[in-house]
Amino acid sequence: MTEVAFDQELDCQGMLCPLPILKTKKVIDTMEVGKVLKMLSTDAGSVNDMIAWTHQTGHELVYSERNERLYTYYVRKT
Amino acid sequence: MEEKPKPKRLALVASKGTLDWAYPPFILASTAAAMGWEVAIFFTFYGLTLLKKELTAKISPASNPAMPMKLPFGPEALQNMNISLPNMLMANVPGFESVATSLMKQSFKKKGVATIEELRDMCLDAGVTLISCQMTQEVFGFKDEEFIDRIDHGGAATFLDFASTADVSLFI
Repeated sequence: MTEVAFDQELDCQGMLCPLPILKTKKVIDTMEVGKVLKMLSTDAGSVNDMIAWTHQTGHELVYSERNERLYTYYVRKT
Repeated sequence: MEEKPKPKRLALVASKGTLDWAYPPFILASTAAAMGWEVAIFFTFYGLTLLKKELTAKISPASNPAMPMKLPFGPEALQNMNISLPNMLMANVPGFESVATSLMKQSFKKKGVATIEELRDMCLDAGVTLISCQMTQEVFGFKDEEFIDRIDHGGAATFLDFASTADVSLFI
């Protein structure tokens, strides 16, 4: 487990597409530019979806990792 | 100051009103909006029922021969088992649609899938344009009062005008 500094955390465990993306977008909208959001998901589809969403929105996917069925993402608001 | 790039656009036609077919337009629209895209959905024919205040969308095994029938409760092995009853038999049992709909809704909820109402609300919050096909509305006799607020009305030209500059257009 790598420790990345973050400012806010969002738990999307147990949710399926498109909820993790929609919730992430909602929280990111409330954050200041430069701040980092840590998002937890159990949706295997979120791996590609988070890459796609950050690609489309321009937010930076700083780091992501998988631990068994738990996916963790760190997104910096741009 | 750097000029902001023009947002991408998604144009959807929602033509079906069953529960299974209600998901794709609302999932794609809410996600596209979350990506900062401009989105419009044109609701026509049976899709128009998805604009009703009270959503009654059901699923039907009729004409969906590949529909898996799963139990939303019990041990996991049992839940993963497909209940193989002949499709046309199920489709003809009175009340089967309600049972199948209830089972699918329970499965969705258990697996963490949003309801159609939730996705529709998220679309509205995100500023997705929902357009009612006026022609279909007249043909089916749907009153404006039956529909949710904040919808637009129009016809083929309205949709095509938006779709002409869309980056992605889909007929669902």
